[in-house]
Amino acid sequence: MAEVSDIKVDETVDITDVVCPVTFVKTKVALEELDDGQILSVHMNDGEPVQNVPRSVKEEGHQILKLIDNEDGTYDLIVKKVGD
Amino acid sequence: MAVDYATLKKGGWMRQKQKNKFALRVHVIGGTLTAEQLIGIQKVADKYGHGYVHLTARQSLEIPWMDAKDIENIKKDLAEYGVTPSVCGPRVRTTTACQGSATCPSACIDTQDLAKKIDKRYFARELPGKFKFGVTGCQNNCLKTEENDIGIKGAERVEWIPDKCIACGVCVKACRENAIELKDGKISIDMDKCSYCGRCAKACPVDAYEEHPGYIMSWGGLFGNHIHRGNNIVPFFEGEDTLFKLCDATVDFFDKNAQPGDRLQFAIDRYGQDKFDDMIKKIYDENVYKEDK
Repeated sequence: MAEVSDIKVDETVDITDVVCPVTFVKTKVALEELDDGQILSVHMNDGEPVQNVPRSVKEEGHQILKLIDNEDGTYDLIVKKVGD
Repeated sequence: MAVDYATLKKGGWMRQKQKNKFALRVHVIGGTLTAEQLIGIQKVADKYGHGYVHLTARQSLEIPWMDAKDIENIKKDLAEYGVTPSVCGPRVRTTTACQGSATCPSACIDTQDLAKKIDKRYFARELPGKFKFGVTGCQNNCLKTEENDIGIKGAERVEWIPDKCIACGVCVKACRENAIELKDGKISIDMDKCSYCGRCAKACPVDAYEEHPGYIMSWGGLFGNHIHRGNNIVPFFEGEDTLFKLCDATVDFFDKNAQPGDRLQFAIDRYGQDKFDDMIKKIYDENVYKEDK
């Protein structure tokens, strides 16, 4: 089981200021900036973003390591970039 | 020469208000046409029609302005491109379907394959009234299944695989029914809340859910002069055999009990909704594998 404390986050992106579909677009752009194997933390709101963004990230072929509940109505999705 | 409208209608030729002019409805299954078929349709629309086609409300395609005298030539020209006329009137109509699991990330079932099977089994079957099948891949319900006499919606039962799970919590949030709980690294699913949508499994980053596809059916949908939402008489079930047993029984029921011009729901109302439901539930009970709880 992956522990959050083991994970070194390389980059963060905040998508709490945008709505679907820009939430995923912003995430996708942030992932494109990274190298294969680097870790991105995506800061998102509860509700629609947290219901859909993780799945879209999975469908793009990246590896989700953890979803952290910040218990303030936001979540951090920890994603490892998987290159083409 | 007198035009036999009933025969023409059976063959998909829809009378226009203009004398001797028809819109030809072509046979489409699940909303899919090949590029080759489209070439044939384009040629006929240009040669015999006014150079345009109309998309119907139920995923078919009509070529207007066909002249009665050209019918045989039109049929021959279309056949070269694998296009055949559809049907109208009191019989089993076009089976509609979304794109399904072949391409859609949300779909739980292969709707295109199922639409072909339904079409093969029932298309154009003579009945007292019109009869419509609609198939959709998941609970997003792009194909509006409850509008159809029989609606079939893809769904799935999920089983959590503890060894694969990384306890990330994505599925807990993906679930729209709040049916999933993650506690001490363990997932528990409240099956009374589960809607069998499969969103947990689709969202799971490590495929820690085994997916068992199945169906949620509805009966008696109408969306014309009368409007009625199809009823879900039985819950989710797995197995295509059971699905076709239920479809066969329903079509046979309609054949036997409907009056001319009826739709399924009218026949059910006359027969008694409770009695009809009992018939469906009996088939369900006899065929659906009951999981030990």
